[in-house]
Amino acid sequence: MSLPSTIISDWLPGTLLDTDLWMSMCRQAAGLVGTIDIGQGGLWPTLAQFDGSFWMPVRASTAAGGVDDLFYFIFWLSFVFFFGIVGVMVLFVFRYRERPGHQAEETATHSTALEVTWSVVPLVLVIIIFWWGFQGFMEMSVPPSEGREILVTAEKWKFTFTYPNGYVDGDLHVPQGENILLTLNSLDVIHSFYVPAFRLKRDVVPGRYHKAWFNATEVGEYQAYCAEYCGTAHSDMLARVIVHPAGEYDAWLREASDFISTLPPAEAGAKVFSIRGCPACHSVKSESNVGPALDGLFGRTEHLEDGVDILADENYLRESILEPMAKVVGGYEPVMPTFQGRLSEDEVTVLIAYLKSLE
Amino acid sequence: MTELAQKPTIAHDDAGPNYLKAGSGALSWLFTLDHKRIGIMYMIGVSASFFLGGIIALLVRTELLTPGKTFVEADTYNQLFTLHGVIMVFLFIIPSIPAILGNFVLPLMLGAKDVAFPRMNLASFWFWLFGGVLALASMHMGAVDTGWTFYTPYSTTTNTSVTVTTLAAFILGFSSIFTGLNFIVTIHKLRPKWMGWFDMPLFLWSIYATAVIQILATPVLGITLMLLIAERTLGVGIFDPAMGGDPVLYQHFFWFYSHPAVYIMILPAMGIISELISVHSRKTIFGYTLIAYSSIAIAMFGFLVWGHHMFTSGQSGLMNMIFSALTFTVSIPSAIKVFNWLATMYKGEIRLNTPMLFALGFIFLFGIGGLTGLFLGALATDIHLHDTYFVVSHFHYVMEGGTVMAFVAGMFHWWPKMTGRMYSETWGRISALIIVVSFNLTFFPQFVMGSQGMPRRYYNYLEQFTGYHQMSTVGAYLLGLGFLIVAVTLVASLFTGKRAPANPWGGATLEWACASPPPHHNFAKTPDYRAPYDFSALRHDAEDGGYRSVPSEEV
Repeated sequence: MSLPSTIISDWLPGTLLDTDLWMSMCRQAAGLVGTIDIGQGGLWPTLAQFDGSFWMPVRASTAAGGVDDLFYFIFWLSFVFFFGIVGVMVLFVFRYRERPGHQAEETATHSTALEVTWSVVPLVLVIIIFWWGFQGFMEMSVPPSEGREILVTAEKWKFTFTYPNGYVDGDLHVPQGENILLTLNSLDVIHSFYVPAFRLKRDVVPGRYHKAWFNATEVGEYQAYCAEYCGTAHSDMLARVIVHPAGEYDAWLREASDFISTLPPAEAGAKVFSIRGCPACHSVKSESNVGPALDGLFGRTEHLEDGVDILADENYLRESILEPMAKVVGGYEPVMPTFQGRLSEDEVTVLIAYLKSLE
Repeated sequence: MTELAQKPTIAHDDAGPNYLKAGSGALSWLFTLDHKRIGIMYMIGVSASFFLGGIIALLVRTELLTPGKTFVEADTYNQLFTLHGVIMVFLFIIPSIPAILGNFVLPLMLGAKDVAFPRMNLASFWFWLFGGVLALASMHMGAVDTGWTFYTPYSTTTNTSVTVTTLAAFILGFSSIFTGLNFIVTIHKLRPKWMGWFDMPLFLWSIYATAVIQILATPVLGITLMLLIAERTLGVGIFDPAMGGDPVLYQHFFWFYSHPAVYIMILPAMGIISELISVHSRKTIFGYTLIAYSSIAIAMFGFLVWGHHMFTSGQSGLMNMIFSALTFTVSIPSAIKVFNWLATMYKGEIRLNTPMLFALGFIFLFGIGGLTGLFLGALATDIHLHDTYFVVSHFHYVMEGGTVMAFVAGMFHWWPKMTGRMYSETWGRISALIIVVSFNLTFFPQFVMGSQGMPRRYYNYLEQFTGYHQMSTVGAYLLGLGFLIVAVTLVASLFTGKRAPANPWGGATLEWACASPPPHHNFAKTPDYRAPYDFSALRHDAEDGGYRSVPSEEV
């Protein structure tokens, strides 16, 4: 166990004691909206990457605005109630603190009028919050009848996206300003597809299809996460959502779908490797991960779990992709899913070409 | 009960030796039927679990100092946060207030000699101990990595020791059921003749409401965990879709217990705060009836809101709507209690000692915890916030900022009664201050990163969240220090503390009518009528530093 003590010593004086930072955070917290630029080039550069407000990430879907309105409504309501309660508490503690010459006074031990008031007022407020939240939820969750359908497949530990023409990608590419209808399915355990910028989250459950939809309003690149705990590499189960300008999407999809015939085999293989989510478990930089590192694998002799040595040639690579449980390398768990029937013959061929190219 | 109470164990009822001296040796403790000794044994075990869970929390926070690996592997991290959750929920927070303070104080508050079923009470402790040992032993058998919720199908397919750990939780459930059943019968049957339901201290109302949940909800958890074990060991397909099961069904079963369990945790805490605010403000509790009924209301509504843990799970929109609406109904009785506590302080004589500081800290932190629940009860915002650090922060504000604050407040409040010693007020106050400040440093940044989209149970995270995580980690270290000071202050008082008077705070409830520490059988005879919140007959006695009741003609 080695603790990076320098992290604490480097960081503590710079951030915790930086009053400007605290002040700007307070101002941001109090500010309803507005872009954040705290720490821009300052002591806390990491925070500057947020483009949204202090509380919420950037808004990039039609649903985001409504969610944020409700968020800030509850926020300010809570703000008033919290400081009201704490204010009264502090005031009473100060005025009625135990001190010489001061004694408790008998006051009424109950007051129906008062108690009804502070039951009914919060009740009315929470009914408003409930109704608002319900309305917003229905808008977010009932899919429109028209839109582009994309199939989202989740498995340990990657998302893959299948487009209507059969093209499969590890990132979700969508056009701006169109309804996107997602059908979500999991191949193993429960995952959850979460895009903060769209205020979109939907559990992905094995054995059934879930629907979700969104309409992206801003061109750009957004982060998608797996939000339901799913084991070892749960926190690396990420994907990007790329919103293309409306007119350029179809051309992009055509070109992307065609990559095996247009790119050299090794490059095409690198693309298959990435879009199929292989890097979630396999490094190509000699780092051990859930699975063994794949650089320099071709031509190497591998020691299998059962003690047998085997030369990693084309046939071994092919078998390991299509029947991963057949020959598991020593020291690794037999957890890789099979790609039998999920990769085309061309894709397997270029994938092997890529693996051969890795020094 | 009567059989035990009549047994002439050590001395004559009247002014016998205190319970600590009634019998010596380890066996006199391990096989005791005395509710006070069982409470003390729970205190030692449950506090040890709290510190173990706390140390694991610090390991989790340390790992989160940097994105990627800081000092443990991903699998180890997943096991650590699971252990933290399992230990804190099942071994610490559920038994904490009922089993320690409930056991010790409840019979005293009733003027009774013990609980209704002392043997069942001891059995409850033994179940707890056995379940606890099993849970810790499972750490050595490939520590479980599912999170404390054991969601299927992950939990039925992972090769860690899920079976042993869930078996431990199953056994711990029995401990909880025994305690609850005992308290219900005790409150029904062992009240003095003059004590009607509305003459009871509010702590008893809250313990009663808690006990109802314990005996009605815990069996469902037991059955669920049994089904999980059946699926893992026998291949019975109930939850795993690969065997024709339904994984979301597990979530319904699990939360049918685990949401009411949240009220097992918070209701007794609210009961303690009702007692403490009144005693330390020297004021009759405001709105007694409404506080009492609100405990029962929370217990009842608490059974009807489990689905709010599943808004993104795929349950129907109609169910989401119903569960969201019912969830908001729970917020009303909670809010009522807070307003009533403030009204109690009005024109009081507020004593800022350690128990009161922790109680005020409770109002502050529970206020934030409760209000942030509004974001999560509302459907549209919950979709974004579900399974992020916002939720992690919310329930820590409620569980730790609420229950643990009240638990520590209660420990300081009843410590003189339990041990016969006064602790150091200075150190007690310092610990309260450190805990409230560092708690906010730990958990407030988690609200922000959660609403910015940081999912929970993440070993690795994006660079942009580093600052928040580091703030949180530093806060956690300070928080650990705060609780360490609490422990040292209390333990040190056993050796250096002044002898405690029978009634150091001027409390009007019956536990203050017997000696500190109480004699083996608590009361020589059933105490006479006292209103639980009428302080007018209590006068400070400079001689022993406590309060004495004066005969009513002198008042």
